[in-house]
Amino acid sequence: MTLVPSANQKIVITPHLMEKKMRVFAQTMIGVGAVTVALLGSTPASLAQGRTDVVVAAPWHVNGMDPASDGYTFQRMEVAETLVDAGPDGALRPGLATEWQVGDDGLVWRFRLRDGVQFHDGTVLNAEVAVASLNRAVTQPGILQNLPISEIAADGDTVVIQLSQKFAALPATLANYTALILAPASFDQDGKVISMIGTGPFKVAKIKPPSSLSLTRFDGYWGEAAHVEAARYISTSRAETRALMAESGDADLVFTLDPAGYSRLSLLEQVEVKAVPIPRTIVLKLNLAHPALKEVEARQALSLAIDRDGIAAGILRFPDAAASQLFPPVLADWHDPALPPLSYDPDTAREKLAALGWASGDDGILVRDGTRFALTLRTFPNRPELPLIAAALQDQWRQVGVELDVSVGNFSEIPAGHQDGTLDVALYARNYGLTPDPIVNAAEDFGAGGADWGAMNWDAPDVAAALSKALADSDPAVRGPAINLAVEAIQRDLPVFPIAWYMHTVAYPDALQGVVIDPLERDYELSKLRWAE
Amino acid sequence: MTVRPGFLQGAVWKSGPFATLGRMALGRLVQALLVALVIGIISFVMMEALPGDAAYRIAAGRYGYDMLTGTAAEQVRIELGLDRPAWQRVADWVGHILVMDLGRSAVNGDPVSHALSHQLGHSVMLAVGALFFALIIAVPTGTIAGLRPGGAFDRILGGLTVLLRALPAFLLGIILMLFFAVQLGILPAAGHGHGSHLLLPSLTLGIVLAAVLSRVVRNAVAETVASESFQFARHKGLSMATALRRHGARNAAVPVVAYLGVQAALLVEGVVVVESIFAWPGIGHALTHAIFERDVPMLQGTALMLGLGFVLLSFAVEVICLALDPRRRA
Repeated sequence: MTLVPSANQKIVITPHLMEKKMRVFAQTMIGVGAVTVALLGSTPASLAQGRTDVVVAAPWHVNGMDPASDGYTFQRMEVAETLVDAGPDGALRPGLATEWQVGDDGLVWRFRLRDGVQFHDGTVLNAEVAVASLNRAVTQPGILQNLPISEIAADGDTVVIQLSQKFAALPATLANYTALILAPASFDQDGKVISMIGTGPFKVAKIKPPSSLSLTRFDGYWGEAAHVEAARYISTSRAETRALMAESGDADLVFTLDPAGYSRLSLLEQVEVKAVPIPRTIVLKLNLAHPALKEVEARQALSLAIDRDGIAAGILRFPDAAASQLFPPVLADWHDPALPPLSYDPDTAREKLAALGWASGDDGILVRDGTRFALTLRTFPNRPELPLIAAALQDQWRQVGVELDVSVGNFSEIPAGHQDGTLDVALYARNYGLTPDPIVNAAEDFGAGGADWGAMNWDAPDVAAALSKALADSDPAVRGPAINLAVEAIQRDLPVFPIAWYMHTVAYPDALQGVVIDPLERDYELSKLRWAE
Repeated sequence: MTVRPGFLQGAVWKSGPFATLGRMALGRLVQALLVALVIGIISFVMMEALPGDAAYRIAAGRYGYDMLTGTAAEQVRIELGLDRPAWQRVADWVGHILVMDLGRSAVNGDPVSHALSHQLGHSVMLAVGALFFALIIAVPTGTIAGLRPGGAFDRILGGLTVLLRALPAFLLGIILMLFFAVQLGILPAAGHGHGSHLLLPSLTLGIVLAAVLSRVVRNAVAETVASESFQFARHKGLSMATALRRHGARNAAVPVVAYLGVQAALLVEGVVVVESIFAWPGIGHALTHAIFERDVPMLQGTALMLGLGFVLLSFAVEVICLALDPRRRA
């Protein structure tokens, strides 16, 4: 028997040392164990009784503090406010401005500021401060950048905005989150936002980009103070996690549930779920310059080949969500119940395509003049239902002999493809409620030249002219017919195909009272929430 | 102050454990510098090689799809100078890194170092927690299995190992959430900010790690127990427990520690998934988003930290092995 490698020798020589080490190890283990037990024993705030805070979980990141990029979070969490506010029905109401009017020429707008408004740092809101905030906002990418503004100036307690052409939707545009009014100390010399100091009922206690935002109640708020003392926003990218957080009570207001999570939560007694229709439509954008898509009959045939009811019931699990026209019923001025609905009729679709000269090839795909009817669809996974809908479209179009390649990538591929003309079709969800008045989006998307998230190579000067008229004039007698003309033309010409209307899904505990779901997704109304005794 | 004559020339520095340690540290330092440079340049080149326009991706990360337009992308291109030649932008980065400046995020404009200090801290907490759970699960179970290789416990553990290793981390995470947060209600499902938030993600990762680690422990223990030196210790009359403590633990520990070092790669892979499912604000989460959003400075920063973390970890493994195994100190 050979013996004694040096390593073992060493251990044999110093058994006491080894025992001491073992003892230290055991003590360390016991210590760590005790810490674990202590962590388990102390209940996290979100599970405690007698709650004085609310926790919001939603999929969006808090990347930073700039209103241009992250303003929506600070607007929804009631940290900062805009001059003009909007109710859940989209009707404008006073915000930091109590009243506004436009001069007879339609070019000079005056917004009178509310008295006694304080920022979270104690600074008082006056016209100069608001003007500085707005002047910065119009230089940032976003809907303000395209406004025909020639000057923003202060006049006493009034903000005066001088336009170069009439723009009746100005107040609605100023309700957008990119127009949040921040205190002077929020900006550094270069205009970069270095802290988020607003006027809302909650002030920022801590921001941990990209994951969370902690707020405390602001006692100097000009309006009715919040009932809860604190609020927290947790960016939770996965829908499964959000649903479990709603179920376990780790989050109180949980937004955007997946169909499975929604049905599971709706079975629970202690959790309420709500689905609210919002002005966001799942849209298929088409490049009308594409040889196969330029005839309106071809587009009508492709639209007839889409089973919208099937998609709404099978993928979105909300049968009412099937879009019979572009604008959902929640946008009353823009939804026309009399419009003939978009229907599903694959047989008629085949006939229409045959009439255009498309004949079935060897592999069942249509061919005309030696060219196959093949298209590539671009979409993105951030909204998990989009790739599923894309797969359904691929199958449904195949039934009528159209080959569709699905490319799931980054959503920026869609505007990039619009700009360089390489796009065939794209599937996305468009928010027509970015401003309380959809005219701003509609005029951009379907106006002259189309837009990144709107029509592409659609030649419809009458629609562009009508939308410009509606944009310039707030008189219902002018606006109404102009909007009708545009809505009818979109339904007839199909520059984009509406697929489904969005439902905004929310879950919250039974004990949370005062929950109001804003269809415009502008405000979580946290200050109105209270816990049942 | 008087310095003992010959202190600096002392034998302890020229040879012996300290000399070994010093050589190792110097080697690792050189390695760290090379790793930093290579990682920075490779991550830049890889991002350049990706299809798609970086200005659009960055604008997408900043403004979201409701506000992303061609105009916004062009504004970003001008602001960040993305139309400059690639070599100029690399040279910029190398120049900044020499003065320990990681630059600013292309997406939110904040200093990368600021974001990293926050995210790296969370990931280190998660990794330490995972390691803790892996050790307290794998060491006892692996040891018991290794004492009787082929026994009933060994076979059951083997089966469990296969099952757990085959289970994707996100599924395991959801199962644990359902059990501890929803059924028992004793732990928060997801989030951060309270110590208890760390437990479920660490446990998820710990179980994944423990699955394979327990096999390594089992093999190491089985080999040690079968060795002649251990048999001799038993023959001279030591009890199993004493023999294991005095003649087995240290021998068996060396491969286990070395293996744990290798496992760090698995930990990073798991961290990306586990952080996203538990809404844990760590570096894995930051890394994936930096790639999606073409945030090159952020990607370079995170990759750099991970690379340096590996170098540090390898160094730590070497030092621990050196402490455990005197044969290596020669």
